[in-house]
Amino acid sequence: MLHVDVEKQLGEFSLHASFASEGRVTGLFGASGAGKSSLINMIAGLLRPDRGTIVIDGETVDDTAAGIHVPTYRRRIGYVFQDARLFPHLNVAQNLDYGRRMNGLAPDPAQRTRVVELLDIGALLDRRPGKLSGGERQRVALGRALLSKPRLLLLDEPLGALDEARKLEILPYLVRLRDEANVPMVYVSHDVAELRQLATQIVMLRQGRVTSFGGVKVLT
Amino acid sequence: MLDISPAEWTAILLSLRVAVIATLVATPFGIALAWLLARRDFWGKSVLDALVHLPLVLPPVVTGYLLLLTFGRRGLVGAFLADHLGVVFAFRWTGAALACGVMSFPLLVRPMRLSIEAIDRKLEQAAETLGAAPFKVFFTVTLPLALPGVLAGMVLGFAKAIGEFGATITFVSNIPGETQTISSAIYSLIQTPDGDAAAGRLVIISVVIALGALIAAEWFARRATARLHGN
Repeated sequence: MLHVDVEKQLGEFSLHASFASEGRVTGLFGASGAGKSSLINMIAGLLRPDRGTIVIDGETVDDTAAGIHVPTYRRRIGYVFQDARLFPHLNVAQNLDYGRRMNGLAPDPAQRTRVVELLDIGALLDRRPGKLSGGERQRVALGRALLSKPRLLLLDEPLGALDEARKLEILPYLVRLRDEANVPMVYVSHDVAELRQLATQIVMLRQGRVTSFGGVKVLT
Repeated sequence: MLDISPAEWTAILLSLRVAVIATLVATPFGIALAWLLARRDFWGKSVLDALVHLPLVLPPVVTGYLLLLTFGRRGLVGAFLADHLGVVFAFRWTGAALACGVMSFPLLVRPMRLSIEAIDRKLEQAAETLGAAPFKVFFTVTLPLALPGVLAGMVLGFAKAIGEFGATITFVSNIPGETQTISSAIYSLIQTPDGDAAAGRLVIISVVIALGALIAAEWFARRATARLHGN
């Protein structure tokens, strides 16, 4: 599903990570500054590796030796950021439809209804992002990413900006997403409990290196 | 009420036409340049930036003279345009529009550039991850979010264009019905004996137009801001 073997020098910090994952949810675990965000941004194509390859679903999206770098907008990925990043000039419904429109996909009312129900955002459709709570924003961001029909969903600490109560509110949605949405995910977090609940495979990062890889057991 | 003579009407309508055309033609260039200066790094950027601001610091008569040298009948660009495209600027209202456009350009670009710079680039990144190619990102995220600044720039440019005097009179002279705008009409009137009353009427008209533009700008900006923040 996902093969990553990349090197990147960022100032003093050097990232050299290699892993292959077939899991439904690959958890990228590590302390802040371990290189998790850089790694996920490379998978998204927002950051270009100095050397190495990235393969998503059989397609090589980065291969520095062959001069391949597929731009972000052609990678068919979904990305949920820590800070939602909803478009403030569009309402929730328009935010949800954005990816579909940009990819020139035909409307898929059945999938839209399913995602809206899965995330419980039906009541928010007419609202502007400015009128949403942090948890609601994150649910809409999840829906927006899913509705662009990605082949891989990237989540960079999607609960990181929320307080404990909000986290507990969102976690069940993420579990449902994992079990029902049928999209492989890469989930970045520094929270052991979160990853225990969600991840099926763990890539542990430390100072830019993969220190262990395996099932959720490696978290102990 | 104001008893406006046909000659004064001619000057008023010409001023409006010149300023509207100057603003509308300058706007796409202004947006493109604002985006370039706000979002791209390239060789010669500071030179380009200085060039854009030049009309703001040069004496208007110098700008007008340079336009005459470049776009006049025998000017490098002017001769080419006249011979090949039949476009003539010298001593025509189109030349007045060109002079006004050039003089107001720095004021038009600045708010546009500031508003593009103020947009969170993370939103543009998010659009990219959702499959939007760069030009779609620009038209669906950057431009709508920059709209208050774009409108503010247009109004400011329009206000500057309608008041432009020095470069216009140097480049296209002061021909009633062709290049005589409100400003140059006032200039002529106050040099004429008994011209005071007519000059006074035109002064009132310019104040009304300027105030109207400012109020419109305020209204547009408020509406656009409300739209952006969803209030």
